[in-house]
Amino acid sequence: MSILIFVELDNGSIKKTSLEAVAYGAEIAKVKGTTATVLAIGNAEASELASAGAYGASKVLHANASELATENAMAYASVLAAAVQQEGAEVVILPKSGLCDSMGARAAAKLGASIVSGVTELPDLTDGFKVKRSIYTGKAFATVAVKGAIKILGIKKNAIEAIAGSGSAEVVGFSPALGGGDFVAKVISQEKASGELSLTEADIVVSGGRGMKGPEHWQPLLDLAQSLGAATGCSKPVSDLDWRPHHEHIGQTGIKVAPNLYIACGISGAIQHLAGVNSSKVIVAINKDPEAPFFKAADYGIVGDVFDILPRLTKAVKESK
Amino acid sequence: MKILVCITNVPDTTAKISFTDNDTKFNKAGVQYIIGPYDDYALARAVELKEKLGGTITVLNVGEAESDPQIRKALAIGADDAIRVNCDPQDSYFTAAQIAAIAKDGSYDLILMGRESIDFNSGVVHSLVGEMLGIPSFSPVMKLDIEGSTAKFAREIEGGKENLEAPLPLVLGCQEPIAEWKIPNMRGIMTARTKPLKVVEPVAVDELATLDKYTLPAPKGACKMIPADQAETLISLLKTEAKVL
Ligand SMILES: Cc1cc2nc3c(=O)[nH]c(=O)nc-3n(C[C@H](O)[C@H](O)[C@H](O)COP(=O)(O)OP(=O)(O)OC[C@H]3O[C@@H](n4cnc5c(N)ncnc54)[C@H](O)[C@@H]3O)c2cc1C
Ligand SMILES: Nc1ncnc2c1ncn2[C@@H]1O[C@H](COP(=O)(O)O)[C@@H](O)[C@H]1O
Repeated sequence: MSILIFVELDNGSIKKTSLEAVAYGAEIAKVKGTTATVLAIGNAEASELASAGAYGASKVLHANASELATENAMAYASVLAAAVQQEGAEVVILPKSGLCDSMGARAAAKLGASIVSGVTELPDLTDGFKVKRSIYTGKAFATVAVKGAIKILGIKKNAIEAIAGSGSAEVVGFSPALGGGDFVAKVISQEKASGELSLTEADIVVSGGRGMKGPEHWQPLLDLAQSLGAATGCSKPVSDLDWRPHHEHIGQTGIKVAPNLYIACGISGAIQHLAGVNSSKVIVAINKDPEAPFFKAADYGIVGDVFDILPRLTKAVKESK
Repeated sequence: MKILVCITNVPDTTAKISFTDNDTKFNKAGVQYIIGPYDDYALARAVELKEKLGGTITVLNVGEAESDPQIRKALAIGADDAIRVNCDPQDSYFTAAQIAAIAKDGSYDLILMGRESIDFNSGVVHSLVGEMLGIPSFSPVMKLDIEGSTAKFAREIEGGKENLEAPLPLVLGCQEPIAEWKIPNMRGIMTARTKPLKVVEPVAVDELATLDKYTLPAPKGACKMIPADQAETLISLLKTEAKVL
């Protein structure tokens, strides 16, 4: 038996949330007295993949067939299932993301495996295999006994702190047979903002609501985000009104983020918005209304006008560097 | 065109969550239930597609009798008939196996679901069902049109979107802005009462994950207010006190 961890690549680098998944899998391997193997799909340098060793992996399987160059959850699921079988893996760890949920689930159905997504902590192995997962959109947790012979877990950002050690993993090529059924969809085009920080990966998110008054007033928010190295998000009405692109919409019906720092600018703090940010470590709310519900969910609050406060914060960040 | 729409019966997005029976049961007291918001988008698009292309819409819920008001609402919005698999599912694999058992005869051209349920938040049932049926699945889908036997759709990817084409049948997990939520009209509500709602018993499937107990997050401490005229001190507090910068 062994532990298998899937890592997502972003332009050839292992994503930060994936390194957390490696650390998470390696920790289970340590307790179980076995090894942690990583599966990476797509283009990457061997040296980059070997760096997963610093987080506890001993081996990296690298599937790099040209058909796998674009993200395809169905094909990736087939590769994952093949890797599980080759390695005799009993526990499979994926970071939680749209791609990983889809490929993990399809692999689970192929293997008859348990799938538990949204895991927030290391498992409790004292009595069976129990994991804590986030439910009701961050409003509660469920501890779940995972019973399948193969267990596939999707872990949320910050489920474990990934600290780099010194090891290096052996990288070996992995070329399972790829099937036609996985490639029936034709990708017609992609519209992707380039050079943008990923919202779900970002350690800091600066987000704006209807209080920002209009798309032409977004610059002070973008300036603060840039000074902090933060990704930018928005509330639902803001993306509904096309002030900001849809992929920035955070909340119950949008993206769920879990940064170390979330700064909400002119967002009222409706429960549906909070559902997307309640896993953040520290929340700052800036709102001109002292009664805004966001202050009940925030760690730090400023009652004031965003157009006065934001430029001053940006200046303070720059001066503190 | 035969469309199957899978809906969840979930607490309203503003519901306060609490538990009973030693934290092993969800406390339903005073909680208002709704069709899962993403499932509602799937249903809305199904109704639009039916208007355009003809065909039928079946709604499917794996759940107990308390789902019936939401199923009736879906019928009022425009579905033709409904199936409820009578059980209280605890595990995504189990739920997916029930849906696959209903759809395995292959008669549905399109199986539409929400991108995720707002109680389990797993985002996996559509992909499980797709694999169980041996047909493609995609999520989250934010635009969908059907031309002949081909689906043309857009999927959200990180930082943008991707336009795709794939042959039917397909399983799709939907999200906005695929359609606007629909509100049932009076005629819909009247006819919904007489539309067929078939209740079937679940097929035998092992539960691969079972609930041990529920917990609530630790209560949030008080918010530290910083006077607007000293806004700059926020940055030093985030550095030295919160240690996030
Ligand atoms: C089923 C359902 C799902 C939903 N899902 C989501 C979701 O995923 N995400 C989401 O965000 N919403 C969601 N909503 C909508 C949600 O209920 C709120 O309507 C929305 O979050 C409000 O957005 P807002 O705070 O930007 O706007 P508003 O509620 O209009 O608030 C604007 C805020 O800005 C403040 N303000 C105004 N001017 C200034 C200024 N100059 N300086 C400082 N502050 C200022 C105001 O005091 C106010 O608090 C959902 C609703 C439903 C019913
Ligand atoms: N009990 C259920 N009955 C019918 N459909 C369901 C059920 N649970 C999940 N689904 C469908 O699967 C989607 C994804 O759910 P989940 O994997 O739980 O996030 C939902 O949006 C529904 O469309």
